[in-house]
Amino acid sequence: MPLDVNGKSYETDEEGYLANLNDWNEDVAAALAAADDAELTESHWEVINFLREYYEEYQIAPAVRVLTKAIGKKLGKDKGNSKYLYELFPYGPAKQACKYAGLPKPTGCV
Amino acid sequence: MSDTKKFVYINRKAPYGTVYALESLEVVLIGAAFEQEVQLVFVDDGVYQLTKGQNTDGIGMKNFSKTYSALGDYDVNQIYVDEQSLKDRGLTMDDLQELTYEDEDDDWAEKSSMKLINREQLAELIDEADVLLNF
Repeated sequence: MPLDVNGKSYETDEEGYLANLNDWNEDVAAALAAADDAELTESHWEVINFLREYYEEYQIAPAVRVLTKAIGKKLGKDKGNSKYLYELFPYGPAKQACKYAGLPKPTGCV
Repeated sequence: MSDTKKFVYINRKAPYGTVYALESLEVVLIGAAFEQEVQLVFVDDGVYQLTKGQNTDGIGMKNFSKTYSALGDYDVNQIYVDEQSLKDRGLTMDDLQELTYEDEDDDWAEKSSMKLINREQLAELIDEADVLLNF
């Protein structure tokens, strides 16, 4: 099902993940979130931007355990825990945040 | 406490041309969630999987060599390279990427995950494995 943003159509897979990594921009992220009735706050962007940087460096989307640990290291302990991340991304932090970050669904991940 | 098994993944093939190397890496990353003891062995053409400066522009495949450096984050930090395989290909450890991990029990000090082993040590390692996966 294609996603329409600012008059441009973007290809997505059956679960709504962006088909092409390079199609991503902030408006696309907001539209992907809107499709789930979610609104992106500053706290969401922190995680989304972190994921994009992680992908850029390692070419994978991290598993949730790895994400939690890495967020804690980068953004502080109060954010590096699953409670905080699940509040931001109730469908599963790695899965949902990766979707908005335009990354593929994490390998074997919730 | 759950039983921990020793998983040994043997990587024998060049990184591209077949899907073995990438599949192995993905299985390792998924398996890491189960908190078992994991050892990776690179032998034969498998040593090429860890070479520095890989470039896949000409073959239309994703360059997944950067992903190996994420293994430390997944607590996969026992990575063995067969010395003879390197020698046979005119390679040394300097030709391979340096994979590291942060030691939680030592104030997160960064340590090398890589170890050069000979055939005797390799045989021992295989002998001690509970689960052996060949790629």
